[in-house]
Amino acid sequence: MSDALWYFARGSGVISLVLLTVVVALGIGSRSGKPAFGLPRFAVSLLHRNAALLSVVFVAGHVISLLFDPYAQLRLFDVVLPFVGNYRPVWQGFGTLAFDLLVAIVVTSLLRHRLGARTWRVVHWLAYLCWPVALMHGLGTGSDNGTWWLWTISIACAVAVVAAIGWRLSTGFSRFPARAERQVAPRLRKELEEVR
Amino acid sequence: MKLHVDWTACDGRGVCTELLEEMLVEDDWGFPVARDGQRSPAVPPPLEGAAKQAVDRCPMLALKLIAR
Ligand code: SF4
Repeated sequence: MSDALWYFARGSGVISLVLLTVVVALGIGSRSGKPAFGLPRFAVSLLHRNAALLSVVFVAGHVISLLFDPYAQLRLFDVVLPFVGNYRPVWQGFGTLAFDLLVAIVVTSLLRHRLGARTWRVVHWLAYLCWPVALMHGLGTGSDNGTWWLWTISIACAVAVVAAIGWRLSTGFSRFPARAERQVAPRLRKELEEVR
Repeated sequence: MKLHVDWTACDGRGVCTELLEEMLVEDDWGFPVARDGQRSPAVPPPLEGAAKQAVDRCPMLALKLIAR
């Protein structure tokens, strides 16, 4: 039984990384305003959301199985508080940090319509921090680090995200590159928020 | 039910024009225009589900449904 938890924790961790990679790529794709990955825009947006919610399920499974695992000896506050763990505190801390960031991103997204677009977007940018931290956590901790298959998966995920970011920064990214960025004068911003 | 577009927020990302093809078309810059020419076009009952989804998916939170 205790071995089963350990295997489940490792498997769900890897699946979470793959799912989060898909989520990041789709999120960048939905930002372009063009159909991406051969899908219409609303489908990219819905897949982005659904893959994100699924990744939360796997991350939750990953964390919960480690809480009950006799090897990991994760304490309840290790789930929230990074870098104080007993076992490889730095690498485990990256996992905790990625978890905290993921929770913040998902919760603000679910409350998007109440929080307003600006708050939501600012928190959503943390995804660019959350993903690399999660990747490093996977590479540095656990009993699979250094195995060829985990390296292969991690490198494939990194290639996918770096490619997506490269596309994001390229000039052909936006659908109407000639359209000027929207600027709202700071003194009008408050009124704008009130109108909404 | 009517669909209201907040033009100060809309960025012409075109998610709503895909989901509400029967109601909206894109102008040359990708911004949604109501087919019936109204500022806040009426949502026919069969499209209410799609309209709610458009409100939910609009990346700029620019859409609102208003009861008339
Ligand atoms: S989905 Fe929102 S931002 Fe995109 S065109 Fe429609 S109203 Fe504008």
